[in-house]
Amino acid sequence: MDLSNLMHNYPEAVSMILFAIGFSNLLLQKNLIKKIIGLNIMDTAMYLFLALKGYIVGRSAPIVTDGVQSVEAYINPIPAGLVLTGIVVSVSVSALMLSLTIRLYRRFHTLNLDEISTMLKKEGL
Amino acid sequence: MSRKISEESYRKTRSFRLHQWFTGEKDLFLDQVEMKPQEPFTESKKVKKKREKEKQKMLDQIYNLERNRKTGPFQTLYRVVSVLFCICMVSLFLVAVSYLPPLGDAGNPANNEVPQRYIENGLQETGAVNIVTGMILDYRAFDTLGESHVLFIATCAVLILLRLDGNKKKLQEEEASDSAHEPENDVILQTVAKIVVPPIMIFGIYVILGGHLGPGGGFSGGAIIGAGLILYLNAFGFEKTERFFTAKTYKWMCFGALGCYCLAKSYSFFTGANHIESIIPLGTPGAILSSGLILILNICVGIVVAGTMYTFYVMFRKGGF
Amino acid sequence: MQFVQNLPFISIIVSLFSGSLSSIMGGKKAKRLNLAMMSLVAAMSLMVFLFVLGTGESYVYMMGHFPAPWGNEIRIGVLEAGMALFFCVVMLLCVIGGYQEQAAEIEDEKKNLYYIMINLLLCSLLALIYTNDLFTAYVFVEINTISACGLIMIKQNGRTIEAATRYMIMSLLGSGMLLLGICYLYDVTGHLLMSNIKEQVEIIHRTGQYRVPLLVAVGLMSVGLAIKSALFPFHAWLPDAYGYSTVSSAAILSSLVSKGYIFLLIKIFYRVIGFDVIQDSKVVNILFIFGILGMIMGSISAIRENNIRRMVAYSSVAQIGYIYMGFGLATEAGIMASIFHVLSHAATKSLLFLSASGITDSSNDSTDFFDLTGAGYRNKLAGIAFTVGSLSMVGFPALSGFISKLLFAQAAIGDGWKMFPALIALAVSTVLNAVYFMKTVIRLYTPERTAGREGFREIHMTENRTKSAAMLCLVALNLILGLGSAPIVRMIEQGLGMFA
Repeated sequence: MDLSNLMHNYPEAVSMILFAIGFSNLLLQKNLIKKIIGLNIMDTAMYLFLALKGYIVGRSAPIVTDGVQSVEAYINPIPAGLVLTGIVVSVSVSALMLSLTIRLYRRFHTLNLDEISTMLKKEGL
Repeated sequence: MSRKISEESYRKTRSFRLHQWFTGEKDLFLDQVEMKPQEPFTESKKVKKKREKEKQKMLDQIYNLERNRKTGPFQTLYRVVSVLFCICMVSLFLVAVSYLPPLGDAGNPANNEVPQRYIENGLQETGAVNIVTGMILDYRAFDTLGESHVLFIATCAVLILLRLDGNKKKLQEEEASDSAHEPENDVILQTVAKIVVPPIMIFGIYVILGGHLGPGGGFSGGAIIGAGLILYLNAFGFEKTERFFTAKTYKWMCFGALGCYCLAKSYSFFTGANHIESIIPLGTPGAILSSGLILILNICVGIVVAGTMYTFYVMFRKGGF
Repeated sequence: MQFVQNLPFISIIVSLFSGSLSSIMGGKKAKRLNLAMMSLVAAMSLMVFLFVLGTGESYVYMMGHFPAPWGNEIRIGVLEAGMALFFCVVMLLCVIGGYQEQAAEIEDEKKNLYYIMINLLLCSLLALIYTNDLFTAYVFVEINTISACGLIMIKQNGRTIEAATRYMIMSLLGSGMLLLGICYLYDVTGHLLMSNIKEQVEIIHRTGQYRVPLLVAVGLMSVGLAIKSALFPFHAWLPDAYGYSTVSSAAILSSLVSKGYIFLLIKIFYRVIGFDVIQDSKVVNILFIFGILGMIMGSISAIRENNIRRMVAYSSVAQIGYIYMGFGLATEAGIMASIFHVLSHAATKSLLFLSASGITDSSNDSTDFFDLTGAGYRNKLAGIAFTVGSLSMVGFPALSGFISKLLFAQAAIGDGWKMFPALIALAVSTVLNAVYFMKTVIRLYTPERTAGREGFREIHMTENRTKSAAMLCLVALNLILGLGSAPIVRMIEQGLGMFA
């Protein structure tokens, strides 16, 4: 493990820690809303990571200004496009999860997924 | 030079009303804002019994020593394992990050011939000044086509879950409970909305139309317009918005935009793969009517996104337009 | 370029467009559109398949005006075209087999939404099969996930909503890991197109620079896709999702949705990372171990289950375990066996779900074993179909399951330390399969007098014509896969050769 490189890549390290936090929340929290928050943290960490991948020191955003069209002037545009796609996917998925939560709450009056499962077992549906 | 005005006309001026308000003679908002007195708390015997039973059940569960003794160690174990799992995951990622290429270096593998062509030839090949827009709507358009359908299918899934129109009675109930929680004519909100909503809409349209010229595009512009619509709905209620936006409007809008998107992109994919020269002119870069299909695609995407945002909100709030 | 070569692209666009077109239609029209679309896509896939088989070469189709590393592209070979054809046919049979249940179980206003989900599911499967770009694959994986969730929750009771929630949570964990893996891979290779990534990965493998991130990326992508396709420890959502959703949904989910992810994983192994690198990395060993655990644990859970739909669902866990065990062997033969098992399982599991619903129809809609006694006499065709499916799962000769078990055993022999665990797991799992499937079949044919009981009635095969036709077609498909396995295996081999 190369520590000096890790120190230089510290923003990526931060995004990875955030990713792990979001992932664990999504996996381990029992409250559905907290799970959704974890999902959003995870996605946001991913955008941070992707945005960092596009960054190049001292270059500007990839919008052609003053007719300059050399590679040296702009950062890498690809990760920006990927982030855009990622955001859209995350918005739709969060909306879907929230509506599932609404339905479950209306029926069971709880947000705890384990409690919902036990109630279902009791009902013996 | 001043002139006297009669008592009667003085009573109509704002300064009189200000004076009145200042001295506390009259509350200006009385009879202007709908304020409901709180209803007395009543519940039937059955409901009361049920509520008490549920409360007792909850208490039983919390203070059930036998069960707590059994699940207690399991809970602790669960927590310890979770923490260990997180630590393992973080360390794995950190190790991986420490071997990644250095941040911000121009010599990284990602900065190869692909972004080079996007930057150097993007303006000529796609006609878009904003290189990212050119990339997502022309070079890698298939991704974006899929992406707008992700939004579409998510709306359909939310409609499956929350739409109530099969059940008129339930919808009316929902509407009643919805208006019970929301004040109907909030002066502050309405005034602010009157001032703010038109600029929001215009800004959203600007962002959509300027997507190929600068920062912006269909997704961001559509989200702005959607937010404007939601604000308008909150201020003026469903009656006003239903005059121009119903489930049917949304259906046709979405179908029109997505169908247009599909057709436009199939044309460009088909001609591209068969090596036929596309007949769509690129125009002069920098002009508003330029960059071929990108402007149309941005508008389509903007319509889909705005409709989707609004539909999500409406569905969450009461389950029907 | 010949016109036939456009057809894969056209089939993707047609299914996508029919999705948005269904949104303005009523339920009946959407149903007809869906049927027409699926038949059209199946016909187009057949033409493409015959074309590729004739030329014996794969080709690349540009999605746009820009060539390889700059634009998107799709790639068509024998395996891709064959899979697309097979998936279309199975999906068509699953959907028409469940028409009666769909009419009864879905609210009228939401019928068109159901067909939107099916159209876009087919579209995403086709895109996953054909795409040559990792990020496009990610986007369509998401469409696949959301539409599968829609299929689960369309029949609305508490169970399905809870199952859909669990399914979404697991899938989102999987997609997160997949996306992170793609990001790592992009960072160290600088490409998103599969063929270009492979060139760079070979360089990395030679020089040794960035080897750790590459390994982590491979691990993340494999585990992510394994989670999404319900490999053993991640299968908690599966029995509820398959057991309580409407019958077409259950059949489609078990036979196709998880297979789409598996096919993507095969593509990643062959076309992105390269098989040599995969063999060197130890990631496949994890898949091997979990696969074997899944084979046994899935079968044990199935034995303990008293609900016929849930039992068939648990059997899916075991069969997914087989497929991942094939990956874990990390040999050409292992992957071939896995692909054959994908086909065989898709054909058999949809048959089992359809016939199970036919059986429960004749037994007062009860899924409990006790009520199923003698159901094979009440609904003769469903009983026979269920028996055929069970025999195929157990590995009866002349049926498709036998061939896949044979291929797995052949692949396992002579594979170092993995040989004995794999063979033992195969044997144990086959015995367990036999226990629970034969238990069910025997119960179906135990005579019992139920004439007087309400809801227990005889169902003639003309009563639900579409389901009978679908079941007969699936039985035939099973027999074709079982008896005509030699040319199919040869085609898989040819297709894998084109992959590399």
